Amino acid sequence: MSLNIDFNLGPDSDKLFNELLGAHEGLSREQSEQLNAGLILILMNHIGDPGTVREAITRARAALDR
Amino acid sequence: MARYQYEPFPYVTPPELDGRAPRSAPVIIVGAGPIGLAAAIDLATHGVPSIVVDDNNVVSVGSRAICWAKRSLEIFDRLGIGDRMLAKGVTWKLGRVYRGDQEVYNFDLLPEDGHKFPAFINLQQYYVEEYLVERCADYPDLIDLRFKNRLLSVSQDEAGVAADIETPDGPYTLRGDYLLACDGANSRIRRQFGLDFDGRHFEERFLIADVEMQADFPSERWFWFTPTFHPGQSALLHKQPDNIYRIDLQLGPDADPEEEKKPENVIPRIEKVVGGRPFKLDWVSVYSFNCRRIDRFVHDRVIFVGDSAHVVSPFGARGGNGGMHDVDNLCWKLARVVTGQSDATLLESYNDERVYGADENISNSSWTSRFMSPEPGVEMAFRNAALSLAVDTPFARRMVNAGRLSVPCRLTGSALNGDDDPAFDVPQQVGMVALDAPLTTPGGDADWLMRHLGGGFTLLVTGDATLDDAIVPDGVTVLRIGSGSFHDSEGKVAARYGSGVYLVRPDQHVTARWKAADADGIRTALSLCTASVTA
Ligand SMILES: Cc1cc2nc3c(=O)[nH]c(=O)nc-3n(C[C@H](O)[C@H](O)[C@H](O)COP(=O)(O)OP(=O)(O)OC[C@H]3O[C@@H](n4cnc5c(N)ncnc54)[C@H](O)[C@@H]3O)c2cc1C
Repeated sequence: MSLNIDFNLGPDSDKLFNELLGAHEGLSREQSEQLNAGLILILMNHIGDPGTVREAITRARAALDR
Repeated sequence: MARYQYEPFPYVTPPELDGRAPRSAPVIIVGAGPIGLAAAIDLATHGVPSIVVDDNNVVSVGSRAICWAKRSLEIFDRLGIGDRMLAKGVTWKLGRVYRGDQEVYNFDLLPEDGHKFPAFINLQQYYVEEYLVERCADYPDLIDLRFKNRLLSVSQDEAGVAADIETPDGPYTLRGDYLLACDGANSRIRRQFGLDFDGRHFEERFLIADVEMQADFPSERWFWFTPTFHPGQSALLHKQPDNIYRIDLQLGPDADPEEEKKPENVIPRIEKVVGGRPFKLDWVSVYSFNCRRIDRFVHDRVIFVGDSAHVVSPFGARGGNGGMHDVDNLCWKLARVVTGQSDATLLESYNDERVYGADENISNSSWTSRFMSPEPGVEMAFRNAALSLAVDTPFARRMVNAGRLSVPCRLTGSALNGDDDPAFDVPQQVGMVALDAPLTTPGGDADWLMRHLGGGFTLLVTGDATLDDAIVPDGVTVLRIGSGSFHDSEGKVAARYGSGVYLVRPDQHVTARWKAADADGIRTALSLCTASVTA
């Protein structure tokens, strides 16, 4: 498996983005950090394939330098 | 039950200082901690004499190492004190992990049966040292144990080593072929050699207390993240023999060790853990820990073993257990070298295999430490996320790290390993410690496979495999399971080994195996594994 970087979410993508933000509503910064962390762990486990996860980490990290 | 009575071992004026003939031995061992003592016994089982010097004259003060892993117990069994340890120790295999006061998961360290030794026993280090000292006395001609003999310095050349020793009666010099530095975490020899002890220091302080109390806690390891009785920190509870419980409390990096050790500060903390039961303090210490090792364990004729070579945080019980792996790995090789059977290059494999093992212990222990005391911010966020997810998601339980407990090191990449056959499809692999299994003897008695492996080299023949006696090299023992001798009473040998011929090292590791063994293959594997001078 390799990381899919093409669009993969279908018509609900804007809604999902919104729901993601919605989940953080009313949270302290600390709680938000923990929510994000939990989400990442859940998704990482769902993906399972270490290569794919590593690629995702590298990509996200590289995006910081842009 | 009385608390442990420390009986000082007698000091005897060494022969060098009372006009008797000075003694020498092929191996000088500095330090009579568990590692030095075990090394002396292991060498003695190979017929190799040693002189052991220790600057002290009592066993370990305080319980220190309490968790002895299955693999160490197998090694202790080979050395003759396994049954005694098992009888006295508290057997356990279940760990429970709590977040707050709620159990988030538990783990079973030995889910299968058919092994002589359990996953773990808890037994205070002072008992282990006492048993080892008594076992040394079974080898009066081979082990010369000298208390209140402090090593001052050591020198070496191509011919051997010389150790300058100080005693209550004055100084003298001991000579030998090799010297084992088993002088612990603050090794004087390591400092004399100017060796860097590289790694990491963890600022976090821990209170460790042994308390004596009557309680009906089961024999399990209990670990709490942020319990209500000790908010914001972690706590660990272990049961030991004699109604002694080990309690570990994380105190944070700013705790003052001297203050925290005072009974008026310790007692209220313990009261909260044990919930009002009456108890007596047996031993208290406050420590922070290191994960470090020296670069090389073999320095020509001076060899570092145990804590002098590597230290880890205690949460995986990898310190003493890791040192026992060292002893197991080194002694048969050293015995072959000092008796001229093998070239000294064989010792290089001790360096390679045990540096590899130490790194495994260090990385596991460091990772546990990081999980237990995360940096504020994102590290804390991930740690806490994993902990709360663990309550109802199985995957997160595997991420929670309350100690990755000592398991046998797998030497699958060792240069000593010989042939393997991809046709084997069984749990046993080349490079792994042989898996134990129940047997019955030809006379019908219950027995264990492990009791018949180790010491020397063994060719283990399992299942339908055959081995022609004519191709068995000199000095190698053959153990046949099934064919009219030992009986695979529960089918575990078949399940764990399948059918084949296994070459097992003196430290009970499988070094090569064949579906169909021939003389050439066996000879090649044996000489690869022994750096043999005659092959
Ligand atoms: C609080 C705590 C809990 C632990 N829990 C566990 C556990 O549960 N499981 C586990 O496996 N490990 C545990 N460990 C680690 C374990 O105690 C050590 O790994 C083990 O003691 C190492 O044995 P050693 O023989 O190498 O060194 P030591 O036990 O330190 O022995 C060294 C010996 O050398 C002697 N010596 C030193 N210098 C000289 C000299 N110059 N001349 C002569 N003699 C000298 C000393 O007197 C001592 O007897 C724990 C450690 C601590 C502190």
